Amino acid sequence: MTPFTTLTGIAAPMPLVNIDTDMIIPKQFLKTIKRSGLGRNLFDEMRFTPDGAEIAEFVLNQPAYRKAGILVAGDNFGCGSSREHAPWALLDFGIRAVISTSFADIFYNNCFKNGILPIVLPADQVEVLMEDARKGANARMTVDLGAQTVTASDGRSFSFEVDPFRKHCLMNGLDDIGLSLEKVASIDAYEKRTSALRPWV
Amino acid sequence: MSPKTLYDKIWDAHVVHQADDGTCLLYIDRHLVHEVTSPQAFEGLRMAGRTVRAPEKTIAVPDHNVPTTAGRDTHIDNEESRIQVEALDRNARDFGINYYPVSDIRQGIVHIVGPEQGWTLPGMTVVCGDSHTATHGAFGALAHGIGTSEVEHVLATQTLIQQKSKNMKVEITGKLRPGVTAKDITLSVIGATGTAGGTGHVIEYCGQAIRDLSMEGRMTVCNMAIEGGARAGLIAPDEKTFAYVMGRPHAPKGAQWEAALAWWKTLYSDEGAQFDKVVTLRGEDIAPVVTWGTSPEDVLPITGVVPDPESFTGGKVEAARRSLDYMGLVPGQKLSEIRIDTVFIGSCTNGRIEDLRAAAAILKGKKIKDGLRAMVVPGSGLVRAQAEEEGLAQIFIDAGFEWRLAGCSMCLAMNPDQLSPGERCAATSNRNFEGRQGRGGRTHLLSPAMAAAAAVTGRLTDVREMM
Repeated sequence: MTPFTTLTGIAAPMPLVNIDTDMIIPKQFLKTIKRSGLGRNLFDEMRFTPDGAEIAEFVLNQPAYRKAGILVAGDNFGCGSSREHAPWALLDFGIRAVISTSFADIFYNNCFKNGILPIVLPADQVEVLMEDARKGANARMTVDLGAQTVTASDGRSFSFEVDPFRKHCLMNGLDDIGLSLEKVASIDAYEKRTSALRPWV
Repeated sequence: MSPKTLYDKIWDAHVVHQADDGTCLLYIDRHLVHEVTSPQAFEGLRMAGRTVRAPEKTIAVPDHNVPTTAGRDTHIDNEESRIQVEALDRNARDFGINYYPVSDIRQGIVHIVGPEQGWTLPGMTVVCGDSHTATHGAFGALAHGIGTSEVEHVLATQTLIQQKSKNMKVEITGKLRPGVTAKDITLSVIGATGTAGGTGHVIEYCGQAIRDLSMEGRMTVCNMAIEGGARAGLIAPDEKTFAYVMGRPHAPKGAQWEAALAWWKTLYSDEGAQFDKVVTLRGEDIAPVVTWGTSPEDVLPITGVVPDPESFTGGKVEAARRSLDYMGLVPGQKLSEIRIDTVFIGSCTNGRIEDLRAAAAILKGKKIKDGLRAMVVPGSGLVRAQAEEEGLAQIFIDAGFEWRLAGCSMCLAMNPDQLSPGERCAATSNRNFEGRQGRGGRTHLLSPAMAAAAAVTGRLTDVREMM
């Protein structure tokens, strides 16, 4: 996993609430057995007509936002399915941070496993950043995970919360499985204890 | 000792290790696997030279993109689907996990197969790379969806790194009125709390109306906990739960059954246990409902009208406007006058035997509206066989329904069962998102009985008029 420390980039505004995983990556693209290459189908049905032509009004098709690295989105981003194809598609497109007032639980987890930082901020601050994002490519936003701040192009800065363990893993690009396997003695002990207590499991 | 919730009790029984910051390594008792969210996880294991820690606790079944028509056990036309199913065949064999291939009568939707085979038991932790894993909460099991990275983590370690969620209680008091079902309860709760109402919480459903539900009905309620944003939904096990579980192939037997039962009977929220959030609905107030928009929170009684987007606040105004445009509806239109093209009965929400009985009871001796496409997709091969034995299949066929093989089918339309642009469907599934059942397809969520009523009249219909 690529470590995440700081990111300065173009932020794309997506003020729609309840952007779900079927919008982020429609199911016809879940048939892959790989993790890569999904960026071209990110937001497919909002981004392209059925015959594959770009829909000019869609934010990521506008010249200013084609290289966006950050999304500023409406409430409850990522609701719906558990498909990790959603963060894979965002990452493959080049999005490394998403800012919203709230995220769906599974999507939020999945982001951290893939080097994407989901940032929760109060509605008034998200609105400020949404306005900043609307300025286009000249308005670069900066996310500093170490300092836990998002800074708008005009210098206004907001602090966000992040779980310390997740922050540590993200900043160092750590593999969860490797970390958990270091606790294999605890897992062995748990299995031994519970096989006596609940043998039917 | 301070009083605990049901969630607290199951959580505490599964903590392997707790770090100073509260992050826990949680033991996983059952890991369910399907073909769409697992190939990258198995590939990750192979690349790292790792193996499956507890293959005996891992159960795989292809369901998401299998066709529901005959011949699928020998050939799947769609190449990408075939590759995913073949990958699952190979991974199940290579890693020695429990497997129900398409040729097995026990194959079906993973969340129907788990309980049916007795893999899902009270007090367990159950995970699957699918958000509707919440279904298993009906047994008093802590069950939730995970992403593919976490699938790989569970395969390798039989644990998950977890932060504890908050406790939320959803109480449905009193009795349901005739024609009102578990699906109406679960949709009404989401309508009341919104799709983010449960975010960060595990919901325990309780109250008389929940206790009165069958196990099938309870599974329907818990199934959609995720649509309310909750990590999981739970219902305390009781005599109905134990009766359902007893004698299932993988349920404990003999002395182990007695020991299990003794523990299961301790699985309830203690008197005075603290909940961070409480929502109460009166069972008598719940009506048969349908969705009008493209979010499961867009719920109204069938007697209602399509709402005006201006009646909402904040970002929902724009979202509702977009929904109505997508759905081809206008504010003020009566919900019961919305004409439909298609009816889909099935899915992990409503693909169990009781659902088919409820729909067949409405359809008996009737025909579906001319020109309508109607399809029943049983949740498993065993549900299908039972429905045939009970004569339900014949009722559906005589009414004009297609009688399909088991799978997820048109709930998410990864297989050939899809809507065309503009096609309007009354569906017993769980999501009415844009494009969910096929690009441009329009979905109205409802109960199996309501779906059957809609099939007869060709429009969304109050099932109470046909009872």
